[in-house]
Amino acid sequence: MEEREGGGARGASGRRGRGELESDVLAALWAADGPLTAGQVREALPGDLAYTTVLTILSRLHDKEMLVRHREGRGYAYEPVRDEASHTAQRMRSLLEGGSDREAVLARFVSELSEQDEHVLHQLLSGHDARAEDDHSGGRA
Amino acid sequence: MLLSVYIPFAVTAVLAVLAPRLTPLLPPRPAAWALACAALVTSVGWAGALALLAFTGVAQIPEVAEQGRWSVTALRAEDPVYLVVAVASALLLTAGTVSLGIAAVRQTRHVVRARRECARLPQTELVVLDDDAPIAFALPGKPGRVVVSRGMLRCLGDRERAALLAHERAHLRGRHHLFQGLWLLAAALNPVLRPLAVAGEFVLERWADEEAAARVGDRTVVAHAVGRAALASAGAPRPAALAATGGVVPQRVRALLAPPPARRRLPLMAGGLLLAVCCASLVNAASDSDRMVDSAQCAAYAAAPSAPSGEDHRHEPDICRR
Repeated sequence: MEEREGGGARGASGRRGRGELESDVLAALWAADGPLTAGQVREALPGDLAYTTVLTILSRLHDKEMLVRHREGRGYAYEPVRDEASHTAQRMRSLLEGGSDREAVLARFVSELSEQDEHVLHQLLSGHDARAEDDHSGGRA
Repeated sequence: MLLSVYIPFAVTAVLAVLAPRLTPLLPPRPAAWALACAALVTSVGWAGALALLAFTGVAQIPEVAEQGRWSVTALRAEDPVYLVVAVASALLLTAGTVSLGIAAVRQTRHVVRARRECARLPQTELVVLDDDAPIAFALPGKPGRVVVSRGMLRCLGDRERAALLAHERAHLRGRHHLFQGLWLLAAALNPVLRPLAVAGEFVLERWADEEAAARVGDRTVVAHAVGRAALASAGAPRPAALAATGGVVPQRVRALLAPPPARRRLPLMAGGLLLAVCCASLVNAASDSDRMVDSAQCAAYAAAPSAPSGEDHRHEPDICRR
């Protein structure tokens, strides 16, 4: 298992499938403040993707009507289409509220924090260079 | 029978106490598999042992004995189980089965609903919600989707975003919802196993974290992604239904900031041994109770007056001839 994971790390950008690349591009565009050009998208993505690859993915997402684009200089700047996403948001919210055992179906990225958790987390993230100290306090949850 | 039928209960109790303490120290993937095996075997052991104990009581009901053609008096004489224990076992088993059934129906309903929602989503792996609250989860289906809100994407940096996606993909690729389903059902059958389900949930998150770290190539990035997402969620108003599970996020971040967990064989081997003992003792108890029934059948045969001529369908049980 460890060997395989190591392999995954080496090929982090090389082995991503088409679907994963689409997700990465879409995520970058949604995270941005405004429309992005292909070059800007490429900068926001991890790894060294070829410019043409990014361009291909952008035009494919545009064909699927998930992006809108407008001329900017010699190329286009892309922006995600928002109306479907807000419909989806409502449905997904109701899915999340569907009872306590939904937990088994939906794996959420982060669970809730208590006030103490929040404090500990701030400490961990601000001072993780002082790793030795963390090890000493490892017993506290 | 006297002792071995109780061993599955002991194993279940020991695992319910030890597993949540040991599994966080192990690499998450083997830990998740170990917890899944433990849940499966102890559930079978628990239900099997209860069934054997309950059977000794049920078998003494005259109508049942009539059907099975065994002697109630012989069975009672040999039976090492108090009637109270047998009745309690029958009740526990019934309650467990009912609760398992309810949990299974609910679980199926959730999976079906998730599948249906999945089918209605756009044909991309990633589905972005136009929602400022930070939300991210993996929605299992065919194919599964990663669902992330705009608010979540905007609170993370470029590399942290990649870590988040890798984490959710790991949940989908590892079919983590099946693990969770198994633990949930096991805990429904036997509430003693609930700590296993809680430990399992944590281990699955750790599994996805470690896989994300391997993908991104940097554990610190994942630690920051998890921490930042959690802090952003804590600041945002959220629906009341998102239940609280405290302490998990800091533990995950701490584990990511520390070196990767070392592989340890001993806890896994000890756990495997316990499970083997559980299986062996269940088999032993089952064969003991089988033998008990056999000899009660012999007693019934010996006691019965010779059958009216021409209607002799009461064959002597084979075992009595030995």
